[in-house]
Amino acid sequence: MAVSESVAAPTLIERLSAPKPAIVLLLLMWAPLTFYVMFGANQFVLLPAIPATILLYGVAFYNFRESTTAIIGLTLVFFWLLMAVSAPYLPLLDPNKPIAPFALPFSEKRDIFFWLGTDFKGRDMLSRMIWGCQRVIVWGVTATFVAYVVGTLFGLIAGYLSGWWDEIISFLANVLLSFPVMVLFIVILNYLGPSGFNIVVAVTFASAPAIMRIVRGLTLDIKTRDYVYAAQTRGEHPFYIMIIELLPNVRGPIIVDACLRLGYTTVAITTLTFLGLGLQPPDPDWGLMIREAAKTAMLWKFSYMLLVPALSVSTLILGFNLMADGLREMSLRD
Amino acid sequence: MAKLVLRRLVQMLLIMVVASLLLFAIFDTPEFKKRLAIQELGGFAVSALSEESYNQWLAEKGLDVPFYQRYANWIGNILTGNLGYSYEKATPVAPLLLDRLANTGILAFFVFALMIPISLLLGVLAGMKEGSFQDRAISFFSVFTTSIPEIATAILLTVIFALGLQWFPVKSAMIGGFQFDQLILPVLTLVLYDFGYVARMTRASMAEVMTSQYIRTAILKGLPYKRVIMKHALRNALIAPFTIIVLQLNWLLSGVVVVEVFFEYDGFGKLLLEAALFPDVEVVQACTLVAVAVAVLSQLISDIGYTFLNPRIRFA
Repeated sequence: MAVSESVAAPTLIERLSAPKPAIVLLLLMWAPLTFYVMFGANQFVLLPAIPATILLYGVAFYNFRESTTAIIGLTLVFFWLLMAVSAPYLPLLDPNKPIAPFALPFSEKRDIFFWLGTDFKGRDMLSRMIWGCQRVIVWGVTATFVAYVVGTLFGLIAGYLSGWWDEIISFLANVLLSFPVMVLFIVILNYLGPSGFNIVVAVTFASAPAIMRIVRGLTLDIKTRDYVYAAQTRGEHPFYIMIIELLPNVRGPIIVDACLRLGYTTVAITTLTFLGLGLQPPDPDWGLMIREAAKTAMLWKFSYMLLVPALSVSTLILGFNLMADGLREMSLRD
Repeated sequence: MAKLVLRRLVQMLLIMVVASLLLFAIFDTPEFKKRLAIQELGGFAVSALSEESYNQWLAEKGLDVPFYQRYANWIGNILTGNLGYSYEKATPVAPLLLDRLANTGILAFFVFALMIPISLLLGVLAGMKEGSFQDRAISFFSVFTTSIPEIATAILLTVIFALGLQWFPVKSAMIGGFQFDQLILPVLTLVLYDFGYVARMTRASMAEVMTSQYIRTAILKGLPYKRVIMKHALRNALIAPFTIIVLQLNWLLSGVVVVEVFFEYDGFGKLLLEAALFPDVEVVQACTLVAVAVAVLSQLISDIGYTFLNPRIRFA
């Protein structure tokens, strides 16, 4: 990957590692991808995202260089991120166009060489694999982000205001946590109907209670600090204290949790799509590829149709988990 | 002790009541009822549903009485063992659900029978000497297997053992009665996914015990290392894993859906998914309620068991 060109200029990387430029880079990568996948924006919006992704990889690599585990995880995740933002510009066949059914990997059919073969409808597996990561990544991150906003807000309220607020919010969280996750997903998506936006709602209901518990615990610890008392004495509004004083200080521990949860959400989306409750055809998606292949291609000869999406999703999730492990390792060392 | 159990029981009852209320309420909204009516009366043609026929359908189904009355009715029915009627399969839900739960129970039994010894053994071996080669190898292996989602594990196992080596059948539909070889791949999938977490928790607990004073004393007074581990360390190190193993029941109810659908095993998870896709509301409600009950009950058992096993927090 494009490691060398970004590591070649350490001063630039160091300058970009400051919080503000890093966030700008993140937005520069994230906003175009979201607009492209969710709202079908023109592919030109992705042009600034490609250099932003490469630079961001350099920045993250530079900051995580102490931990090999984190570097491996980072590389796996950014490989798929780079594929997601550059998919329209790669020399790939149309992922939705049937060309030659059941072409094996590394074989030629109709004068086209297929690296990973084609599926039962004759669509190129390589291009479906690369295009397939877009929706999983975008919906997975969006869902996790929304769950964090909701969970953190309720956690801050429950932890800081305590009393009845805490009782009610904690009880509701306990109720939601008593549903097995997959059962909760199935019930919510059964009611709302399968789509990307509804997955965001379902993930929020499933993840926010656990996030709320973590944030509540941290808030209970932090709210006895002097700077919180100072703000209270100044007569600040409780919401001001929650957002300005408490939120920045609970940020650290939840970043590791966020990495793990991104992995869970990705698994959940792929699984739900496989079950027929998630993203809908015809656009390529790993869960859909598994779903279609599991119906048609249960033969040794065609097992690549199952293996390609299964290995893709495994590498992405392994990336998130290794990143979380590395981050935890690094935070313990400090 | 009795006070704690009583408080937990009340808490559990409250959670069950609220969960059932939520479950009943979301399938009772006008939009959802209209969707059902369209499906049952007019197929997919939306225009086939007039206001009149909708009201008639409501009356027929007994859905025109007030909400609280129907909720009370539903709860009463469930408490007397009447879980409703499956519209899709045209049978009462209770025997159907019981049958499927028994199948999932068989699956879960073998999963636990395999997972508990493997994860405890690996966890203890890893935690015995923190930072040693065996610790790092076991830790890496458990992170790796837990990172691969169940659907991918199921695919890998199927491709290798069913399609490639042809040792086991591809599907586990159990068409010609119960066959043990059809159970192996689903069980292996669930064990591979689940054991890593328990092993890591056992490792953490074991590592903590190994650094404690009384273990150092036992080693220094010249006891054989094997005896220190077996007699002194294990007793305390296995308290925390116990609660985690019981809580795995909750995770298993999630994981079982994917595995049962992929291997076409006729269990609880497949029933729930089929009902949800149809949608067969009374089956979904009954399945979910049972799942919540199992989850809450396992939480209760793990809490009480933990207090029972660990005398230090018994009177807290």
